[in-house]
Amino acid sequence: MSPLADITFSEPIPFLQEQHLEVRELIHRYAQEQVKPRAARLDEEKVFPHDTVAELAEMGMLGVPFPEEVGGAGLDYLSYILVIEELARVCGTTSITVAAHTSLGTNPIYQFGTDLQKEKYLRKLATGEMLGAFALTEPGAGSDARASKTTAVRDGDDWIVNGVKVYCTNGTHAGTVILTTKTENGITAFIAEKSFPGISNGTLEDKLGLRGSDTRELVFEDVRIPDENRVGEEGGGFKRFMMTLDAGRISIGAMALGLAQGALDVALPYAIERKQFGQTLGQFGAIQERLADMAVKIHTARLTLYHAAALKDEGRHVAYAGSIGKLYASEIAMEVIDSAIQIMGGNGFTREYPVERMFRDAKLCEIGEGTSEVQRLVISRMMLKSVQ
Amino acid sequence: MDIIVCMKRVPDSAAKITVAGDAKSIEQDGVDHVISPYDEIAVEKALQLKEAHGGTVTVVCLGVAAATKEIRQALAMGADQAVHLKDAGGNRGPLEIAQALAGVIKGRACDLLLFGKQSIDADNGAVGVMVARLLDLPVVSLVAQLDVADGRATVHRQSEVGTEVIEVTLPAAFTVQRGLAEPRYPKIKGIMQAKKKPLEEIDAPAPAGTMALDKLEPPAAREGGRIVGEGKDAVGELVRLLSQEAKVLS
Repeated sequence: MSPLADITFSEPIPFLQEQHLEVRELIHRYAQEQVKPRAARLDEEKVFPHDTVAELAEMGMLGVPFPEEVGGAGLDYLSYILVIEELARVCGTTSITVAAHTSLGTNPIYQFGTDLQKEKYLRKLATGEMLGAFALTEPGAGSDARASKTTAVRDGDDWIVNGVKVYCTNGTHAGTVILTTKTENGITAFIAEKSFPGISNGTLEDKLGLRGSDTRELVFEDVRIPDENRVGEEGGGFKRFMMTLDAGRISIGAMALGLAQGALDVALPYAIERKQFGQTLGQFGAIQERLADMAVKIHTARLTLYHAAALKDEGRHVAYAGSIGKLYASEIAMEVIDSAIQIMGGNGFTREYPVERMFRDAKLCEIGEGTSEVQRLVISRMMLKSVQ
Repeated sequence: MDIIVCMKRVPDSAAKITVAGDAKSIEQDGVDHVISPYDEIAVEKALQLKEAHGGTVTVVCLGVAAATKEIRQALAMGADQAVHLKDAGGNRGPLEIAQALAGVIKGRACDLLLFGKQSIDADNGAVGVMVARLLDLPVVSLVAQLDVADGRATVHRQSEVGTEVIEVTLPAAFTVQRGLAEPRYPKIKGIMQAKKKPLEEIDAPAPAGTMALDKLEPPAAREGGRIVGEGKDAVGELVRLLSQEAKVLS
């Protein structure tokens, strides 16, 4: 990569301490050397990145924000955000796999799990010995998560779960699935081991982007889950999952940010090298304006997301800052990548260059873990509430 | 088994190298540095040997103050300790570098002394064997395979003429090449632990001034190729050019 492509990225940022820079450098090098060359194949052949996941686990990248005592790397949420960003910069599929595992599949157990649950599952998840998944969405319950039709009925020390969950990232390969169910007094969350009898793989989704990511329908038929696998009190699942999503959103924002930066990484050297009408593209005012706008958007998204992550690391609520970061980063990612393709013209439209893949991958960021519409709802509600 | 690996900080091969205004050094702005790739292979091999046989791995680096970063990387990969011979500047030829390295290695426990076969900036390929000679150790260069058992090393020395299989009694020195081992990425934990590992800093002896660098200049830009004709009609002219001009056919 041209060192120039890094100018937009090498500005000192006050949020980043020495430890953040070290982790960023390590994951950057690994992503550029190992993940980038594999990205096109994952997309074209819809292959799950098993090798990459194993290597990331070895490095400690599957448990970045969790303490060493539970098997994690002992770093903070901002470090984790940097990892997602650097992976997304070269491969959306790899970044969503790690993000879903960490902030959705593992974090709820770390935050809300009992000691027994932590001992049984958290270490294996945080070390990357197994992947984690999270099942919230149902055929009839998307943004309206309360409309869940998956039921859990008490049977002695167990619960019997029936229902269908869709768009479950890592659903095929996960060792554990955290799921929400409807119980007598509200939404209750459980940890199901993927091997529990009665859990079967439904349709594997065929998607616009993130095609190597494992997005699976999971069917629960009379699945017996012990009460000790209940996460939080009965009826308390909805609030918990919303808190999980609040933090998870920052990582989806980081993924969008990484994809946008990745597109600029490709488009900028292209604009410097490509000549038309006897001059480089970068010498045309129209291209310069595009490049500047891309940089401004990326820079703003980066500061917004790092700010949200830093707030989370201070133990503050991040619903507001996280929603703003996720909404902004995912929308500018589409704009920035669109600009990258426009700068590169026909070349940008072909599979010779990765920007068309990034364009398809980035669209998910406006949808997953709360659509842009839901983010606006969250932000405006908090604004209105604050003046009432 | 105690292993010492000598490593050098070099500009990243992906960096765009330009000559600085003094015409005697390269422009450092915007140039990333790395452990010289063959040296990194030597570090990896040392770690693998340590994991298999026990012992310690010490890295020794003659380099500017900023080389601490590359030394920390070797520690993050798993080396136990490091010696940083701090270079305050000036030019050193391979022999002077070898003398400085031998000076700090002498007296330290060392069963195996490893080097990359050459650095990727100066490309002399001389320092490793010189250090071995100064320390009076047997040395095998261009090692692509290395196994250790019962105080002996069996190595494959790979050169243009073929592969030589050589047995050496330890302690001994080796310069290593690609194929010997694939350098690992540090773990996050390794990076954190590296900060607590012993890093001895010693001022390198001042250069003796036996070598002076007069001038650095970039190689001349390559000229484009020539198309001498098409199909079999081109063969006669092509053979003439290849034998008379390029002198690659006789």
